[in-house]
Amino acid sequence: MTISIRSVEKKFGRYPALNHVDLEIADGELVALLGPSGSGKTTLLRTIAGLEFPDAGQVLFGAEDVTFASAAARRVGFVFQQYALFKHMTVAKNIAFGLDVRKGAEKPSKAEIAKRVDDLLKLVELDGLGSRYPSQLSGGQRQRVALSRALAVQPSVLLLDEPFGALDATVRRSLRKELRRVHDATGVTTIFVTHDQEEALELADRVAILNAGRIEQIGTPHEVHDNPVSPFVCGFVGEANRFEGTVSGGRFTSGAVSFGANGVRDGAAVGFVRPHDLVLDDGGLEVRVDRVHVQGALASVSARAADGHHIEITTSRADAPRFSGAIKVAPRMSHVYPA
Amino acid sequence: MAAQPARARHPTEDPAWVKVLVIGLVALFLGLVLILPLAAVFAEALRKGVDVALAAITTSDALAAIKLTLITAAIAVPFNAAFGLCAAWAIAKHDFPGKALLITLIDLPFSVSPVVAGLIYVLVFGLQGWFGESLIDHDIKIIFAVPGIVLATIFVTFPFIARELIPLMQEQGVSEEEAAVSMGASGLYTFWRVTAPNVRWGLLYGVLLCNARAMGEFGAVSVVSGHIRGLTNTMPLHVEILYNEYDFVAAFSVAALLCLLAVVTLVLKSVLEIVQPDVKRGGGH
Repeated sequence: MTISIRSVEKKFGRYPALNHVDLEIADGELVALLGPSGSGKTTLLRTIAGLEFPDAGQVLFGAEDVTFASAAARRVGFVFQQYALFKHMTVAKNIAFGLDVRKGAEKPSKAEIAKRVDDLLKLVELDGLGSRYPSQLSGGQRQRVALSRALAVQPSVLLLDEPFGALDATVRRSLRKELRRVHDATGVTTIFVTHDQEEALELADRVAILNAGRIEQIGTPHEVHDNPVSPFVCGFVGEANRFEGTVSGGRFTSGAVSFGANGVRDGAAVGFVRPHDLVLDDGGLEVRVDRVHVQGALASVSARAADGHHIEITTSRADAPRFSGAIKVAPRMSHVYPA
Repeated sequence: MAAQPARARHPTEDPAWVKVLVIGLVALFLGLVLILPLAAVFAEALRKGVDVALAAITTSDALAAIKLTLITAAIAVPFNAAFGLCAAWAIAKHDFPGKALLITLIDLPFSVSPVVAGLIYVLVFGLQGWFGESLIDHDIKIIFAVPGIVLATIFVTFPFIARELIPLMQEQGVSEEEAAVSMGASGLYTFWRVTAPNVRWGLLYGVLLCNARAMGEFGAVSVVSGHIRGLTNTMPLHVEILYNEYDFVAAFSVAALLCLLAVVTLVLKSVLEIVQPDVKRGGGH
């Protein structure tokens, strides 16, 4: 199911949560809505779900205008932030809920429902846990139940609100892979909300970055990481050293730091350099290394420029010994935006 | 293995003398204010033997009072359970204009003196009240009759169940309901299958408290009852009449029965807390 969001606006009281948002999502895509808290990402997701109605604009599923259709009529599968499992029902009853509420000819037979529940439990690798209650499951297992409950109704679109927010790092990583696998297996158009850029970049086909109720940029993880269109995106997606300075004649200068800024107009500007884009260079900026922190195959280097500006460098573990005392570094790549 | 010091205490525990002092004070206070009077009630009731006490609570007037008390509770409690559930649901799960006012109104019976609550009904339904004449014309008796007693009791016990359920439902939030609705459940289906099961223990707790108060209410009921023996006397009113007539044994016997009803309620409440430890936190399993 393709989804089109057209000029959607939503205010809560006088606070604008969504400000003229446009978004096109292709059939079968896995899209992340990424942004800090208060950026409007959850409101956008709930508007797509039919849990909020916009003040203006349109929501289209395929060619159909569903702007004011109920969540049930849209047939969305929604995974809530804290899962919202029905505490007093077994896992199987939870998953079957969306089928049990159907009436008349639409309602599958008991056997069909049981079969569907079994299939879904297998899909999320929870076979045999159907008779447990949610309180008897771990956080990760609850998340899987919520996912299969949302999938049980064979939704036209699967929506997840911070699906991994409440889990510890290890479980989170394995469930990310799980969601990707389930998405690939079912092919259902999937949109998830996250404030974790790593999660968005790793999991999604495309990432929409929201800030203050607007979509700042939408693109593949590569595009938003390597070609951020605004200082906000640059600072939010991936790590970056931030410098405030001026551009003059195609060159950005901030204290002792200076690098090329082709095509940026003269005047005040902000420059960003990703930690892994700083390399040793004899003609570069002189910095003093404070600390080297090795993590897996990489090493993070904390350094300080002559003017006291803190600089983060990422390098390979093998190269780490070369980063000590006074070194000279230069950016391989940088992003400069007029302030 | 290192030897344990003889009187090791937990690092965050208070010294023993503090504990003894505080617990002792509480026990002394409870004993003087609560247990001693309660014991006195039973002692007075049984002063002339069990037979006399039993006889006192089986006179026709006493039996009528017991019956009226039970009828009143049997009407007031279900009514307030239904109202409390509706009000809590509306307040906790929905936003609407006047919500703050409704919350304040629910608390009104707690802040108004029960005597005033009784007088309100006399003013409205009494002989000289707003509807007094038309009620007489239609031969409907509310004041100095059972309907008035039930109304006054409902008024006084109004907040118990709603107050128990509102924080519980607010804490549970609306995401389970949203999940149900998003999967196609109707509002009513969602209420019975999702909302109600989540608050059933809280509801039961509120019902017990409400019931205890409904049976024990004195002030408001006293104003609207008219104290007609065998007709409009509830147990608390009957106790007062007997006492004023210096029939102490009978008065304390009926009072003891009333205490027993309260004790049963409290025992049920404690049992509930033991079998369902998260009653106060809410939630099912």
